[in-house]
Amino acid sequence: MTADQARVLIAERFSGAQVDGAAPVVVSVARDAWLDLARFAKETLGCRFFSFLSAVDWKDEGLEVVCKVDNLDAGLSLLLKTRLGPGVSACPSLVPVYAGANWMERECYDMFGIAFEGHPDLRRILLGDDWVGHPLLKSYAVDTPYPPYR
Amino acid sequence: MAVKGPNPPVLTPVWRNFKDLQEWEALHQKRPEGDKHSALFERVTEGIHSFPGGFLVTTVADNFFNWARKSSVWPVTFGLACCAIEMMATFASRFDVERLGMVPWASPRHSDLMIVSGTVTIKMAPMLTRIYDQMPDPKWAVSMGSCANSGGPFRHGYHVVKGVDRVIPVDVYVPGCPPPPESLLNGLLLLQDQIAHFRRTGERPAPNPKED
Amino acid sequence: MTIAAPRHVELDYTGSERLTMNMGPQHPSAHGVFRAILQLEGETVVGVDAVIGYLHRCHEKLAETLTYAQYPSIASKTDYVAAMTSEFAYVRAAEMIGKIEVPKRAQYLRVIAAELQRVASHLLWLGTWCLDMGGALGGGATIFLYCIREREMILDLFESLVGARLLYGFYQVGGVRYDLPAGWVDTCRQTVDVIDTRIDEYQRMLEDNPFFQVRTQGVGVISRELAQEVGIAGPLLRGSGVAFDIRRGEPYSSYEDFEFRVPVETSGDCFGRYKVRMAEFRESLTIVRQALDRLPDGPISSRPGLKSVAQTRIPKGEAYARVEGARGEVGCYLIADGSAKPYRMKWRGASFSNLAILPHIIPGHKVADVVAIMGSVDPVFGEVDR
Repeated sequence: MTADQARVLIAERFSGAQVDGAAPVVVSVARDAWLDLARFAKETLGCRFFSFLSAVDWKDEGLEVVCKVDNLDAGLSLLLKTRLGPGVSACPSLVPVYAGANWMERECYDMFGIAFEGHPDLRRILLGDDWVGHPLLKSYAVDTPYPPYR
Repeated sequence: MAVKGPNPPVLTPVWRNFKDLQEWEALHQKRPEGDKHSALFERVTEGIHSFPGGFLVTTVADNFFNWARKSSVWPVTFGLACCAIEMMATFASRFDVERLGMVPWASPRHSDLMIVSGTVTIKMAPMLTRIYDQMPDPKWAVSMGSCANSGGPFRHGYHVVKGVDRVIPVDVYVPGCPPPPESLLNGLLLLQDQIAHFRRTGERPAPNPKED
Repeated sequence: MTIAAPRHVELDYTGSERLTMNMGPQHPSAHGVFRAILQLEGETVVGVDAVIGYLHRCHEKLAETLTYAQYPSIASKTDYVAAMTSEFAYVRAAEMIGKIEVPKRAQYLRVIAAELQRVASHLLWLGTWCLDMGGALGGGATIFLYCIREREMILDLFESLVGARLLYGFYQVGGVRYDLPAGWVDTCRQTVDVIDTRIDEYQRMLEDNPFFQVRTQGVGVISRELAQEVGIAGPLLRGSGVAFDIRRGEPYSSYEDFEFRVPVETSGDCFGRYKVRMAEFRESLTIVRQALDRLPDGPISSRPGLKSVAQTRIPKGEAYARVEGARGEVGCYLIADGSAKPYRMKWRGASFSNLAILPHIIPGHKVADVVAIMGSVDPVFGEVDR
């Protein structure tokens, strides 16, 4: 499985997908196709290695979820992306496909407030349970005080 | 029969219950009375002291205890972050703090020194105070590294306590990021001087000036 | 395997008494601030909930406020046991976006530093792990003291090179910050030779010890499929039979020039991970020797003499750079918006993914094995919590 073959296969299967780049192959899809894309990457393209999942806050354009998976035997890496759209903070969960998404999505929920639908145990992971706000959003100042510690 | 609670109800010392830092500090940074030694010990010493010639015994005993306590400080193994690695190096082969009678001990209940080695975060601070509270009196705290002194390079972070002295009282500040073992050794020797002074006079000396 | 979260533990009585045990956040064998809430049935662990975040130092948010020249020295504080490799990931991401060339000598110096750092990190792992398993090894402190002794030799090399013992700031965008001082190469060669002989000593000491074998063989088995799906990396992945090393798979910084072996074990247990790391010691030492032999002359940075910290500017773009750290894939996903500071940075800490395997493998083991498994995973909490 080379990057070119993967690009062709993805373009065949997902009509609305935007594919570019070689290492890694960057694939952007709509939110509805997110779970299908992950399943396709794992089962058809053989990308079984789950590298990371995170998000980016593009201010007015809303949040974008980013995920990287690899096919270690063939040396193929995929960078999967989906735009949630302005004001939307819900996304399908990848835990049914990749077990490693569990903690990554919890961290993402902690930092961006994205509710992953279908996640078995969605709660904060790094910050305390009583924390207010989601720090990696651009609207959150880096030195926001937290009483009583300031 | 139901057990009656105290009236008025006693405020549970949970840090969330406090309105602001000052209120928290007022309650939690106070050193307990009788910090020096136990009441029983005090009474026995006074008893011996009142005998004719007893003052000789107490002076000698005092010096002995002074020497013993100063040269058998047991730090609790409390590693937080990067500085903990340097603290481990200080305890290990080359620097060998056991020369000074310090044995890293894995239980706070048997230790009298806490080396706060690393960044204290907001999630960790309540745990840190709990461990500090578990240590028997008289106890000492060394703040190791910039992060514990003032927050260091992470001072502006939302999840970082800007100095461990906002949570527990500190006796010696060791600057550096991270402080090399020599620096920590210097801090521990300073602490021994402070302990000796405390045993002589019953007063805690002021901590050394803080540098980031 | 389902993981019982502490919030909704079902309290049905199945005949054996279920006990909840808290381990941490201050535990002498937890290698840092980690809390595990264990569900026990007798001595057997049936569920584990890992609580992390006690060392969350806002790295990703702070990176958005620091320039490309400032952040590498802060990046070293993520994985503070192997500080060189985390700096490496950050500067490599910035170089990929800016398409900045790195001189050959700087690339070799980077390799030397990273490999020496791997040896130092594995030494600390071996020492603390054996210290954790303590009594079974007939006074586990022995090997800890030995390992620290050798680690100090490497730290001396770093101290004469950079001036710092633990956190360096050696890498900068476009090259490295310092050139080798006089006589460093000879000292380094001697140190490497000494460490090579000492590793034989450890191996004889440990592998012939029946207690060590019992504590590690067949404990904490990770299957090949689970390893990939959770995304564990480095020695753990290779200990589970996946022959993947980023230095070999996608070579960076002239790793293609060196000859080395990628050790793989198929057993997937603690002993397999131990074997992989012991083999990695030797491979790293071989790479250092080769790099010292072929060290080219030339400049050490393509962007020397930075006058101000805001001078390094990176054009708009994004990149994911990964390097093979001591614990696996250390990745940095960087989005630049053309200013002096990144728009967003994501750390893919190797320890974070490695630690996520714990809820999958711990249930079914005894409490004492939890410590052995934790040690073999070798987490660094600066990298887990970032």
